[in-house]
Amino acid sequence: MRERIAVLAGGHSLEREVSLRSGHRVMTALQSRGYDAFVLDPGEEPFVETLSAARVSACYVALHGKDGEDGTVQRLLELLRVPYTGTPPFPCQLAFDKVLAKEALHTAGVFTPPWVTVQAAALRDLAAGPILHQVAERVGLPAVVKPSRAGSAMGLSFVDREADLPHAVMSALSFAEAVVVERRVDGTEVAASMVGTPEEPLPLVEVVPKSGVFDYAARYTPGATEYYAPARLAPEVTAACHKEAARAFGTLGLRDVGRADIMVDARGVSWIVDVNISPGMTDTSLLPMAAQCAGMAFPDLCEGVLQLALARAALTDHAEG
Amino acid sequence: MAEFSVDPYVDLYARRASGMSASEVRALFAVASRPDVVSLAGGMPYVRALSTEDVMEVVKSVLAERADAALQYGAGQGTPALRERLAMLTAEEGTEADPEDMVVTTGAQQALDLIAKVLIDPGDEIVVEAPAYVGALSAFSAYEPRYLQIELDDDGMIVEHLEHALVKGARPKFVYTVPNFHNPAGVTMSPSRREQLVALCREARIPIVEDNPYGLLRFDGDREPTLRSMDPHNVIYVGTVSKVFSPGVRVGWALAEPGLLQRLILAKEAADLCGSSFTMLVTERYFASERWRANLECLVDIYRRRRDAMLAALVEHFPADASWTHPAGGFYVWVTLPDYLDTPAMLAAAVERRVAYVPGTAFYPDGRGRDKMRLAFCYPTEEDIAEGVRRLGLLLADEQELYRSLSG
Repeated sequence: MRERIAVLAGGHSLEREVSLRSGHRVMTALQSRGYDAFVLDPGEEPFVETLSAARVSACYVALHGKDGEDGTVQRLLELLRVPYTGTPPFPCQLAFDKVLAKEALHTAGVFTPPWVTVQAAALRDLAAGPILHQVAERVGLPAVVKPSRAGSAMGLSFVDREADLPHAVMSALSFAEAVVVERRVDGTEVAASMVGTPEEPLPLVEVVPKSGVFDYAARYTPGATEYYAPARLAPEVTAACHKEAARAFGTLGLRDVGRADIMVDARGVSWIVDVNISPGMTDTSLLPMAAQCAGMAFPDLCEGVLQLALARAALTDHAEG
Repeated sequence: MAEFSVDPYVDLYARRASGMSASEVRALFAVASRPDVVSLAGGMPYVRALSTEDVMEVVKSVLAERADAALQYGAGQGTPALRERLAMLTAEEGTEADPEDMVVTTGAQQALDLIAKVLIDPGDEIVVEAPAYVGALSAFSAYEPRYLQIELDDDGMIVEHLEHALVKGARPKFVYTVPNFHNPAGVTMSPSRREQLVALCREARIPIVEDNPYGLLRFDGDREPTLRSMDPHNVIYVGTVSKVFSPGVRVGWALAEPGLLQRLILAKEAADLCGSSFTMLVTERYFASERWRANLECLVDIYRRRRDAMLAALVEHFPADASWTHPAGGFYVWVTLPDYLDTPAMLAAAVERRVAYVPGTAFYPDGRGRDKMRLAFCYPTEEDIAEGVRRLGLLLADEQELYRSLSG
């Protein structure tokens, strides 16, 4: 009998649309490999009820953003004893929250640009507004302002002048209760993806947005960004990026699949600017490009990730049996 | 080393397609369509007010008696019988319309596209209101015009500003306006502004494109004359049955002078040969009896109550330094917030609080409007409107508190 697989996609997060695009591609890929795959959208259907009734062999997590990437769904799946792809609950929680992730990476000695966290509660309840200029001083300008919990570059803005910082902070706080103000690193932007447990690094993908900024439009409008795979970097710089990404994945505890976004500065230093536990799987996403560059077709990639979850489940059954 | 091309057509796109890109705001609207979100964003007519039995009867009679015509290609201009009905509908607002001067289009939106296609060369200047209907901007932008934006106030387009621009040498191809219950601004052009605009454009020999989708949805006050009725030779009129019957049938029309009309018909035939014969026949039959009047009365009553609910909720929940328009008809209220608030940036937080609006920036081609929002009262119930506005009010209060803290 064909194995029944629920591809979790959509959901309630602000990245719903991107997730649905990822999920439908994964579903089609798995179907092409003979799986009885279907999309389960927690935003449309009662999640637990539908999942219980469907009697699936495993879930492929293609959710992005809140609920899907922050450990909520993973914790529920653990409780329901349904095998799933990707990172377990606590590392999800850690990696999805940029405030926590940056702290963890920094403590572990992973290169991540200097930053300051600004919390809405501090501004509202502790009247912390007047010290915002110290944030600019501490971090240095230009800076990048990012919501602590959001993806797809939503709510992200670049700040060149101190006067623009309050507005950027306010905009990012629309997405989360805290923001990270991070020193902007200029240079080459690359994505370091990994697949497998233990992880196999995939070729680096270099990102060259035509507008100069890899924002939402640049990510999801075909043609708005040029991609080079492998990245046009010296071998030692490429190796350093892989090493830094592996340290980041290890520090945060990623499993099966992941993507680290890296800025390589003029001196060749690679800075980790973001880590994703559920990388996009759309037609303009970076992980599938990296896989393709490594000679791995999209269905191979999806099936490979799924097999990791199924193998884990078989081991658990064996141990419990 | 390989450059990855995610879109093999990327070097082939025409310039007019270059502005078409993915957007964060559109992605947020994908979440806003969830049932627990009160959407004050979309301008969807409340079609549930339509009697399904009435529509069923019409559809059945079309298929029983006119199946051959309904399932066949039709005339590019639209059948004479339908044009007569639509001319009658136009006459409801005091506008004499000769069915011979009319082309039936796939919604008013197609009329806007065809007018732009026939009149705009890349780089031509056209006049739009500031703010302007977003769908018109999308239709026009494909033909690469330069926009001359003329501000609105409570009396509609400030015609003096247009006059100044003309004195300074502006020579627009046409002036586009929504004089009644403006989308998004909700305002209606005053009689004196109408006279001024018509006289100015006649003298300057600049045609006016009058887009009048909401004219029959008047809740209070007296009807204003259409611009077309004031100067039929210089006004291209665009109408639709979307707001008085159904947007699903996609029936709109344009009235124009014979030379322009011929080109619009040819452009229409080039675009889609003809509209849907089936829905055009359904529309013709629906307006053949008086039932549409009862439906319109019912709609006006529903929309009036919803507008009242929205205005009352705004008074109760919005900050004192916000202001908004008081529409006498149509679908929309246009809100101006203190200038430090940013409506595109706030949308994520609004959706998180289960309410949605359209940020003001959608209605300006140049990125203005960050302190504005459009609220639609046409679709949600009165209770949902009150709740949605309450949620927005709480969000605005929090944003103001945050701003005060940030500005020390």
